[in-house]
Amino acid sequence: MPVTNTPSASAAPPVQLTSGSVAIGGRPVLRRIDLEVPAGQFLALMGANGSGKSTLVRALIGLRPLTSGRMALFGTSIERFHDWSRIGFVPQRGGATSGVPASVWELVASGRLNHRKLFRPLSRADRAAITDALEVVGLVDRAGDGVSTLSGGQQQRVLIARALAGEPELFFLDEPTAGVDLANQISLTTSLGRLKARGATIVLVAHELGPLASLVDRAVVMRDGRIAYDGAPLADHAVHGAAYGDAHTHHHHASHHGHDHVPVVRSPLEGGR
Amino acid sequence: MTTTFWELFQFPFMQRALIAAAFTGFAAPAVGTYLVQRRLSLMGDGIGHVAVTGVALGLLTGTSPTWTAVVVSVLGAILIEVIRARGHTNGDVALALLFYGGLAGGVLLSGLGGDSVNRLQEYLFGAITTISITDVIVTMALATVVIVIGVGLSPQLFAVAQDHEFARVTGLRVGVYNVLVAVLAAVSVSVAMRTVGLLLVSALMVVPVATSQQLTRSFRSTLIAAMVLGAAASLGGLVLSAYLSSLSSHPNVAPGPTIVLLSLTGFAVTWPIGALVRRRARLRAPFPAVPPSDHEPTEHSHQHGADCGHVAVEHGDHVDYVHDGHRHAEHGAHYDEH
Repeated sequence: MPVTNTPSASAAPPVQLTSGSVAIGGRPVLRRIDLEVPAGQFLALMGANGSGKSTLVRALIGLRPLTSGRMALFGTSIERFHDWSRIGFVPQRGGATSGVPASVWELVASGRLNHRKLFRPLSRADRAAITDALEVVGLVDRAGDGVSTLSGGQQQRVLIARALAGEPELFFLDEPTAGVDLANQISLTTSLGRLKARGATIVLVAHELGPLASLVDRAVVMRDGRIAYDGAPLADHAVHGAAYGDAHTHHHHASHHGHDHVPVVRSPLEGGR
Repeated sequence: MTTTFWELFQFPFMQRALIAAAFTGFAAPAVGTYLVQRRLSLMGDGIGHVAVTGVALGLLTGTSPTWTAVVVSVLGAILIEVIRARGHTNGDVALALLFYGGLAGGVLLSGLGGDSVNRLQEYLFGAITTISITDVIVTMALATVVIVIGVGLSPQLFAVAQDHEFARVTGLRVGVYNVLVAVLAAVSVSVAMRTVGLLLVSALMVVPVATSQQLTRSFRSTLIAAMVLGAAASLGGLVLSAYLSSLSSHPNVAPGPTIVLLSLTGFAVTWPIGALVRRRARLRAPFPAVPPSDHEPTEHSHQHGADCGHVAVEHGDHVDYVHDGHRHAEHGAHYDEH
């Protein structure tokens, strides 16, 4: 998979957020955040539930509009950014299944759409990229199986393969280890280790790192919508220590990201935005 | 004057009906699959209710009810989609408001038109045997558009319906595709209203999908099988209703309900098979590769093997035999409790 291994000195950083603020339902959630991720870095975005780490990663890929500040991917402002094949996004596991069965291959193939033209079948290069992505996460032998028959950890790996199939340089992963057993966390770590070795830039949201800790170059800890720590990797318990917010709880929150920042005061017809 | 069953096929109205049924049967599940995928199975029903207003408007003003139904249901579908996109999980209340508004508006409008109440009946429950040549051509054209887009753009539509946020990060214009599905749904509702009727149209969009996914593992096979099943149910239902009508001296077995009931029969036959296959898969899914906490040999005279009748489940690097709530793994000359 061709991932640029040697970024030129003049290249803009993959992620550059300057004084970014995000409001959800009119309430300020993230306030004036500065974050720059240089090429090739493995960044862990950590913090307690409701600290704004998921909101931040969604703002970084344009799923949450900024109320103020400037967000740029590879030097291009997010509003004008169209080079989506350079970006890979791994959402929380909820999105792996839907109302109709889908095979592992089909789900991974949907990560290839940014390389495909309308009404055209998969090219040989597309097929090679999909197979390669499945190899990285170790699920080639399950390609024809229904996604819903896989375990939670395997579904998470399918979502990673889907992002990989687009051959991106910059990955965003939202809580890939939430609710995944240790054995699968270890194979997840192996997959991400291979990505890192290829020179990919990785931004990972995590409540706790577990085995992933060995890959992390830099940790950013969020607390109540602001950055409370930015520096060398921290041990899981230091992140949740008294200085950075809530006591360490071992519950992994479900995929209701966003809504916990807004008190539920609305009539049935009003949106949640 | 009763006509025999086989003579029916010589009549032009029956031939027109067969063509319309085949095209409708292929088109409706081609969109329905995406609605089921987004867990919006009842959206077709909602659009159908809105289309009632369109039909009544056509009957009242003397224009073609097919075209007024297409226009009104497309507008209704876009409105549903906009409300859904803005309203998140609370959109279903807004949808309900639209459903009932559409149905009540249609009945009220047709009441204003006096005798058009009886004509409205044709559209509510279908009247495929009264279909004209023009109707057949319109049905064929619209159904072809729905099938070409539904199948041709299936990678994009699949990705958007599967995970709209991921699709956005892939660079797909999610809003455009969502409206496209809504419009396609509205068009197929209008196409299918002459076949099965507006109150039953959703069945032709959803039931073949529910049936095909009992036995399929991939999206593409679900889509194709649903289209084949939809066409089979439409043609089969039409022929069956003609046959049942030919038995009686007062032929009044309507094709619409026959098509829907035949489709549901298909589901009733496949569902137990699907349930059985899923249960077997569940029982044989590997146990987590966690080593047993301690060595616990059992007294066991039975010899487990490939054909001993007990379910063999993969467990790490060996096989556990499941019986009576125990998991037995071979260990030298005896079995361990795992």
